[in-house]
Amino acid sequence: MNPLSACLLVAAFLFCVGLAGALSRSSAILVLAGIELMLGAANLNFVAFWRYGSVAATSRVHALTGIMFVLFSIGVAAAEAAVGLALILAIYRHAKTSDVTEITELKG
Amino acid sequence: MTVAFILLALITVAAAVAAMSMPRLVHCALALVVAFAGLGCIFLALGAEFVGLAQLLVYVGAVAILIVFAILLTRGSEISMRPGARSAFSGTVIALAVFAVLAHAVMTSRVSRIATTVAPPSNRVQEIGVELLHQYVLPLEVIGLLLTAVLIGAVILAWREKPAAEQEGARTR
Amino acid sequence: MNVSFTMAGGLAERVDQIFVTLDHWAVAHTPGPLQWLVQILLIVVPILAVFPGLFALTTVLERKGLGRIQNRYGPNRVGPYGLLQPVADGLKALTKEDLVPRTADGVVHYLAPLVIVVTAFLVYAVLPVGRNMTAVHLNAGLLFFFAIGSATELAVFMAGWSSRNKYSLLGAMRAIAQMISYEVPLILSTIAVIMIAGTLAPEKIVLAQASYTGIFPHWYVFTPWGFAGFLLFMTAAAAETNRSPFDLPEGESEIIAGYIVEYSGFKFALFFLAEYLEIFAVSGLGITLFLGGWSAPLSFLAVIPSWIWFFAKLMVMICTFIWVRGTLPRLRMDQLMNFAWKFMLPMALVDMVCAGVWRFLPGGALWSVLRWVICTVIVVVPYVALARGLQMGKKVEQRVYRYAEEG
Repeated sequence: MNPLSACLLVAAFLFCVGLAGALSRSSAILVLAGIELMLGAANLNFVAFWRYGSVAATSRVHALTGIMFVLFSIGVAAAEAAVGLALILAIYRHAKTSDVTEITELKG
Repeated sequence: MTVAFILLALITVAAAVAAMSMPRLVHCALALVVAFAGLGCIFLALGAEFVGLAQLLVYVGAVAILIVFAILLTRGSEISMRPGARSAFSGTVIALAVFAVLAHAVMTSRVSRIATTVAPPSNRVQEIGVELLHQYVLPLEVIGLLLTAVLIGAVILAWREKPAAEQEGARTR
Repeated sequence: MNVSFTMAGGLAERVDQIFVTLDHWAVAHTPGPLQWLVQILLIVVPILAVFPGLFALTTVLERKGLGRIQNRYGPNRVGPYGLLQPVADGLKALTKEDLVPRTADGVVHYLAPLVIVVTAFLVYAVLPVGRNMTAVHLNAGLLFFFAIGSATELAVFMAGWSSRNKYSLLGAMRAIAQMISYEVPLILSTIAVIMIAGTLAPEKIVLAQASYTGIFPHWYVFTPWGFAGFLLFMTAAAAETNRSPFDLPEGESEIIAGYIVEYSGFKFALFFLAEYLEIFAVSGLGITLFLGGWSAPLSFLAVIPSWIWFFAKLMVMICTFIWVRGTLPRLRMDQLMNFAWKFMLPMALVDMVCAGVWRFLPGGALWSVLRWVICTVIVVVPYVALARGLQMGKKVEQRVYRYAEEG
């Protein structure tokens, strides 16, 4: 096993932990946290391929693509967290709960 | 693969598992912070200095605080928290199945056999800055727009309804 | 590099570099397998020794200074001039009972002071305290500083939440809201410097300022954008470290000691230590960014070692903080937030624009004067407009104390 596949395995495990959390926890905040964790795992993949992928070293133009993708991904993830948590707050104010199993009505 | 990487990976994975399985929401959030910080440190260990520090700044500094504030502002939901209320078993099984598939794919793919470059590719902050403003200037602008929209959107979403409307609601009740 | 420094000759240089030389000597004279350990120890131990020592000194200085400002003596019983007061305080903190509330979350309650002290120490890693005297050379040192520094907010939350006390929680929420709000102008005012210096490494930012025109240095504080940036930075720094006049997270009449209300004994001392370490660190960063770091204020003074200059500047900053604390009234929470978002943030953005204009205006004799004028206008006009705009519709008049004057 080389470093690259070690990174990929760690990322895969993190992704699955996030997935398990997003699927099985009932708190909306933790569902969001699980999704953030999955995004983080994807970022780890990008960094791992940037670091160990043999393509990166060959061409000057694409040397920083992995880094750039992670930077933008972090920005989008932060945006997602902000909007997601604002939504959860709005829902909580409306339904007095943030339990995803109890928010079952479409009608306000 | 260094000792540092193994340690960091273990800490990150353990913290992630704790974040998704602890009964108290605040503990989950704190464990999540450890997981994010561990992830940032893994980036640093892989030689991606700027990205690792950006990960620490954004996740530990901003996202974690957001989550913690959200937990505090939606209190009362914490009492009804019962672990395993929602198909914990099937969720775990699905996640494990996904992991099995992914791990199998990683281990059998060509990736696990290629020779890996030893030295990290150059990623000085200056180069990243230059690239950001040349090749990646459009995504940069777009993400600036996105963040502005998010700022406004989040404020509007989290805005309390006007006191006038609340008073009216109280009167009709 | 500046010219006069090399002219000043070998002795000054040797004194200047004495710690670096000692460090190299010690590493070279240890057996090979242990070299890495010695190398790390020689980075960590001085930081762990110098800055807590400075903390001890500052507590005396602060109490003495505040005492003088308030027309009293301050501590003068322990040791000569009360100089051993910190030792007595430390012994007191160590021997006090460590109280933990029964309902508190034990683990988190225990971890909070540790986290805050560790992060406070970590940021010193990138601070250049002298020529060639940066503990860790990071390409993105400033990012490291802010990334590690942001963990403080989390420690504050841990302390406030785990104490299971409403005053703690309210104090923590207040402190975090304040820190987040002021982190924005803090980082934005830093960006102006980054734009001009073109680097995120603190030691390179210092080097960019360590040259002289005649005898006058090229410190960024002596430019319009730098001056405005410096004031913004230090104001935000005072708020970020909960210093007066922004010491809202503590208030005897409202929320007692805020998030540290349930801490006693040594844990309380750790919070105290961390607070001062943060003040030193952020002042050190301000010095690095705007006041030329370790470089001498006048070119012929460069014979004095660089690390003396750094610590001299640091002492000046600390004394200013004490002076401000002794003389300014504190703000109210809504004033604090309004100030951050309605004044500091727009001014920081204006400062960035100003720095950009400064960077791209051409050089030359006439232009360097014009550049000054233009950039001063860019900073001053929004300042006046903002200040007037925020004052509009507000009556400022003498306060009437209803109950005091009735009798």
